[in-house]
Amino acid sequence: MSATAEPTLSRDDHRLSSWRGVVRQYDYHWTVYKRTWKSSIVSSFLSPLLYVLAMGVLLGGFVHVGAARLGGAPSYLAFIVPGLIAAQAMQTAVFETTYPVMGALKWHKSFWAQLASPLEARDLANAMLAFTLFRVGSTCGVYFLVMSPFGVFGTWWGPVAAWPATMLVGMTFATWTFAFSAFVEGPDSFGLIFRLGLIPLFLFSGSFFPISNLGPVLEWVARLTPLWHGVNLTRMLCLGHLDWPTAAINVAVLVVLLVAGWRTAVRSLTRRTAL
Amino acid sequence: MSAPAVPAGSPLRPWEGTRLLVLRNYVTYRRQWKLFATGFLEPVFYLFSIGIGVGKLIHAFELNGHSIPYAEFVAPGMLAASAFNGALLDSTFNVFFKLKYEKLYDQMLATPLTTSDVARGEIIWGQLRGASYSVAFLLVMWALGLVHSWWAVLALPATLLIGFAFSAVCMGLTTWMTSWQDFEKITLVQLPMFLFSGTFFPVSRFHGVLRWVVECTPLYRGVVLCRELTTGALSWESGVSVVYLVVMGLIGLVVVRRRLDILLLT
Amino acid sequence: MIHARDLRKSFTDKAGHVVEAVRGIDIDVRRGEAFGFLGPNGAGKSSTMRMIAAVSPVSGGELRILGRDPAEHGPAIRSRLGVCPQEDTLDNELNVFDNLYIYGRYFGIPKREVRERAEELLEFVQLTDKRSAKVEGLSGGMKRRLTIARSLINRPEILLLDEPTTGLDPQARHILWDRLFRLKQQGVTLVITTHYMDEAEQLCDRLVVMDRGVIAAEGSPLELIRAHSTREVSELRFPVGDHEATAEKVADLGERVEVLPDRILVYSDDGEHVLEQVHDRGLRPIATLVRRSTLEDVFLRLTGRTLVD
Repeated sequence: MSATAEPTLSRDDHRLSSWRGVVRQYDYHWTVYKRTWKSSIVSSFLSPLLYVLAMGVLLGGFVHVGAARLGGAPSYLAFIVPGLIAAQAMQTAVFETTYPVMGALKWHKSFWAQLASPLEARDLANAMLAFTLFRVGSTCGVYFLVMSPFGVFGTWWGPVAAWPATMLVGMTFATWTFAFSAFVEGPDSFGLIFRLGLIPLFLFSGSFFPISNLGPVLEWVARLTPLWHGVNLTRMLCLGHLDWPTAAINVAVLVVLLVAGWRTAVRSLTRRTAL
Repeated sequence: MSAPAVPAGSPLRPWEGTRLLVLRNYVTYRRQWKLFATGFLEPVFYLFSIGIGVGKLIHAFELNGHSIPYAEFVAPGMLAASAFNGALLDSTFNVFFKLKYEKLYDQMLATPLTTSDVARGEIIWGQLRGASYSVAFLLVMWALGLVHSWWAVLALPATLLIGFAFSAVCMGLTTWMTSWQDFEKITLVQLPMFLFSGTFFPVSRFHGVLRWVVECTPLYRGVVLCRELTTGALSWESGVSVVYLVVMGLIGLVVVRRRLDILLLT
Repeated sequence: MIHARDLRKSFTDKAGHVVEAVRGIDIDVRRGEAFGFLGPNGAGKSSTMRMIAAVSPVSGGELRILGRDPAEHGPAIRSRLGVCPQEDTLDNELNVFDNLYIYGRYFGIPKREVRERAEELLEFVQLTDKRSAKVEGLSGGMKRRLTIARSLINRPEILLLDEPTTGLDPQARHILWDRLFRLKQQGVTLVITTHYMDEAEQLCDRLVVMDRGVIAAEGSPLELIRAHSTREVSELRFPVGDHEATAEKVADLGERVEVLPDRILVYSDDGEHVLEQVHDRGLRPIATLVRRSTLEDVFLRLTGRTLVD
């Protein structure tokens, strides 16, 4: 402690850089993850594989249509796997940014404790989103690895390129869900988000069947959902049938939504915590 | 309400307590009407997505000598699975929360209510909710032209039977749980049952012992029962299912009562 | 250390009304002193504290903490503050040591150093034997001490304590007071809110009494008593219902007479003399007590006797 009469600030005189703001929370998220990772195994790794087995392999055995009706996929399994991985990215991201955010605000109040340190709302949002990125990346990464010996990928580089694509999908959902969670008063609306948002997206955004099966009107509605862009992009990359203009649109839509969502998330938390 | 008239002069009035507990759940649930109203949508979404969306890629299935379109095959599966999921959710997460965190039952047992009232009240409450979802789903099936037999009316009591059997057993199991981590184990049983009990594809996909195992699982019995009723292609398998589920529920009920007595009255 | 002029805070509540929590206050907190905010619930103490903690934007007026504007230098200011909030914000899922360690990391303190400091602080708040315990199982007093230890992890120059002993048993309060007193001796500036008068008299060198968002009085505990009360107070208890009538008969005996539901207070410089005169006038109280004036008398006088929620 200095002994000068009129104190001035010397260290940390400016705002922390975004990078340092996130790095300082690394120990927190790592400690929490070390304790909780086991309980995420079933939902992150086992559940998706059960879906692949039930829908892709067993139900897929009854699908006898040409590749043309499956977006160029040689089998129903090859069709459904990329879709399920993209959907898993969405689900992981949404779960990591609903109850954990509410908990940090209302139950264990870690956000409030962190705000008494040099960290700002922006840093808290960034660190939680960075952790979500890690969860999405690891979950989808394992998914790709486990699927690779089963001949569902057209090329070796396809899944390598599709991996970041799934992270892009996940983070698009993570940012918007984070913004929503920081905005709503309590967790009651999460049930509705899952039922009216997550499940319909999961079931109708082209993960399980080509959206052309929906009929012309609903097909266009499906095209407007961010998950369809993610599923389509992931699938094209995995199958190795890349339609560049479509892929560019998919990427552009997701990136724009991601950036807008990120800004909204930071603004939402800033507003919530500045009372 | 299914509570029968109380016999005059009965000193126990056993169903009065049950009725009060159902009433209590109704009062707390009224605030969450949105959650209630949207609850029946999930199986409908699955029906549209898998039954109709994926169904366009699949040829008709053979069932007891009849050939039926895929959507007609999946719909009763979803009907049974939704009764199963609803009962599971009510009798595990909700009961656990009330038992361990809200200490609701401790509070209730300080009154003239008994552990039987608690068990019956929770199960009947779950059944009332499940029944309303089943009716809604059957109407959706009928509107989509997926029902071809008057036997389908009996699918409603069939879903209640499924709900009863699972509620009783799962509530019993919940009394052994100590932390939320244990619920991973529930998901571990729930999801495979949901996916592999003949809900989405015929059990003929399994061979040998595996097929035998699947045919012995309670959800498979429920799915078979519902499917034979909504398609009208009845066989002796339905009878087996009914007996199976009734016995399962009764055993569950005895276990729940014993366990609640041990947990709450000592 | 802290300098405020015409500081204001207003926000819109859920019903859409604009609430003026702080309505123009001036404060100067000097290095090394213990400064107290007294006031009933809703007086604006916590809002002021949150502004000083550089987490709540100022609505009006000027605020300087360590010579800087919190709106611009929030993170820099916070890195040199310790904050012990009214409600414990400990992480229930981490153990006692990890709560300190992880919090220290938010300040960018190197790992080894945080570990050393955490051990020292556990010693300081007498929680070393609870090092690996879960926070959930700690008593209220232990949680409070852990929160204080956590707020000291960055060796702050100013420690903000929002009602530090509310809800604690007498034993726990005394341990806490002792620790806070030691910190003050080490040169840490303390800013405390409380509605316990004995706590304010124990801990604070200087304090302000806040009421409805403004400062009602300011000074050291002794100065406040001198300025707003008399040296002694005579408490007279009569049979129920007699108080209003009796009060008129003794009104001239002291500087001021206060009628409470259960007794009459006569403020004067010589309490024993007042009692003698009461007896001389033929009045026979059921019970009497002469005591020195306390901050509580000042507080009640300044903020009124009605209970505020």
